[in-house]
Amino acid sequence: MRLVELRGVSFRYAGGDDYAIREVDFSAGSGEYVLLVGPSGCGKSTLLRVLNGLIPHFYEGEFSGEAYVAGLDVRETPTHVLARHVGMVFQDPENQLFLSSVEREIAFGLENLGLPRAEIRRRVEEVLRLFGLEELRHRAPYELSGGQQQKVAIASVMALEPEVLVLDEPTANLDPLSALEVLSLVAELAREKGVLVILVEHRLELALRFATRLVAMEKGRIVADGEPREVLEQVSRLVGCPPVVITYKLLKSRGLALEGPPLTPEEFVDSLVRGWEAWRR
Amino acid sequence: MEAIVVEDVYFSYDGVPALRGVSLTVRSGEVLAIMGENGAGKTTLIKHFNGLLKPEKGRVLVFGIDTREASVAQLARRVGVVFQNPDHQLFAESVEEEVLFAMKNMGLPLDVARERCEQVLKLMGLEKHRHRSPYSLSVGERKRLAIAAVLGYGPDIVVLDEPTAGQDFLNKCKIGGVIAALKAEGRGIVIVTHDVEFAAQVADRVALMAGGRIVRVGPAHEVLTDEEAIREVRLLSPQVPCTACMLRERGITLTNTPLLPGELYLELVRLLRRQAMR
Ligand SMILES: Nc1ncnc2c1ncn2[C@@H]1O[C@H](COP(=O)(O)OP(=O)(O)OP(=O)(O)O)[C@@H](O)[C@H]1O
Ligand SMILES: Nc1ncnc2c1ncn2[C@@H]1O[C@H](COP(=O)(O)OP(=O)(O)OP(=O)(O)O)[C@@H](O)[C@H]1O
Ligand SMILES: [Mg+2]
Ligand SMILES: [Mg+2]
Repeated sequence: MRLVELRGVSFRYAGGDDYAIREVDFSAGSGEYVLLVGPSGCGKSTLLRVLNGLIPHFYEGEFSGEAYVAGLDVRETPTHVLARHVGMVFQDPENQLFLSSVEREIAFGLENLGLPRAEIRRRVEEVLRLFGLEELRHRAPYELSGGQQQKVAIASVMALEPEVLVLDEPTANLDPLSALEVLSLVAELAREKGVLVILVEHRLELALRFATRLVAMEKGRIVADGEPREVLEQVSRLVGCPPVVITYKLLKSRGLALEGPPLTPEEFVDSLVRGWEAWRR
Repeated sequence: MEAIVVEDVYFSYDGVPALRGVSLTVRSGEVLAIMGENGAGKTTLIKHFNGLLKPEKGRVLVFGIDTREASVAQLARRVGVVFQNPDHQLFAESVEEEVLFAMKNMGLPLDVARERCEQVLKLMGLEKHRHRSPYSLSVGERKRLAIAAVLGYGPDIVVLDEPTAGQDFLNKCKIGGVIAALKAEGRGIVIVTHDVEFAAQVADRVALMAGGRIVRVGPAHEVLTDEEAIREVRLLSPQVPCTACMLRERGITLTNTPLLPGELYLELVRLLRRQAMR
């Protein structure tokens, strides 16, 4: 069995008119960096809530199908046990932070894991440094800017060093450089420590370059799943195209074809430079 | 027309400075984007636009009225703000009531209010959720509801703090369309955003902030293609000017620095034609 395995999972919120996710089959293993995309309201956060057991344990509704994380049956495993394997960064950081200081916020989850004090201190210091939060350590979360709150939320989950790291639009409030820094820190965890990363992001121009796999959802279903470049072509009507891809398509429509589509400006420039000489003739 | 004038404003939270001498003008009929690194002071600045925060030094004039001399309720009629975290402003029992509330407050007759409510819910793709509780909506839906509520009562100046955070591509396009429509009606729009591509599409002017100061303000095309200024405030260049710059380093030099894909395409085609003629 893989690290995460969902078979035919459907869920309807009590009071919801319709199923939020339907017959979702999804599995992933360690070291993958899965980027999950799709329109607002298509069920991305709902799917993530199954992975840490908030669904079905906290949200009321109709659940069907099978879900396993780290070999544990989500339906039968209490959330605090799942939390040892799955770290989750929620979409609204502010609602995730509730302690009196940044430092305590980060230490809290570690204390819950029952780690020795010295280890807790070491990890707190490490993430404070990684996220550039040292100067804000004594601030209360409500005394931070939106982006600073988001960094604290991410830092406190990364400190837990979970096997499965789930991030729900973690960069929505981050300035672009901070966003890239966070996404590449996460990529490093996947590559070097074999962490399974499942990331929901709308900012494809930032996230796409790190993904090893792209999964697209629409109306509660997974509609495409695979190699990022291929999936991107299939679902551009849902997720749009980064500006370099739009330019690539404009050129193509005029008979100026390039290899691609490009995922970054760097790739685009490489293929333009290669194509240029041929076009001039 | 000058709608909001910010004059040398200072503000600090418990002695920690967040704004250090900010001057800026918001004009009607124009889209102004305020951008810059996390903690730069963007949210603090726009909270001065509707009097939620008052300057410690300097002053803010909203249609000529000093914000220190007006109540938040008075200012709200002219300036509508959608906060970064929409949960701070959603409180009604249902989506529909959320939108109706502000309009009723402004004294709009109920039939007019209902009609506008219909319109803005459709505009933000929320009509099918009208009877749901705002708190059961997805995060993106909640943000769009907060936008719908402000659009409904139609203030002269609309201020949106991170309107595209958490929005998918199609909704981003819709929000871009809404901003264009507001501008066409002669309203002033201020967006705070980290999304350089979105700013490239919708903004007329861009102000860059860092460390509680405005470090650059000017026409969007000029500011967003100024790599040095962009880097200084921890933004990334939009993809198109970034591509143009890398092309230059590789020996392909375009005549004008493009900002949008259509512009880059035209520049490339023009250059090819010129080189082919030689
Ligand atoms: N607690 C709830 N009760 C009832 N319906 C809900 C609840 N939470 C979410 N929904 C609905 O379920 C659907 C899927 O919501 P979900 O939050 O999974 O979407 P999402 O893809 O994460 O969207 P976004 O990109 O806006 O965050 C939406 O239509 C939403 O309104
Ligand atoms: N309520 C508060 N109490 C104390 N300090 C605060 C408070 N709100 C903000 N600050 C601080 O003031 C500075 C400016 O914050 P502000 O929220 O204006 O930044 P911002 O530019 O909107 O950032 P972001 O892009 O992260 O939303 C930050 O350093 C922040 O930590
Ligand atoms: Mg969501
Ligand atoms: Mg802010």
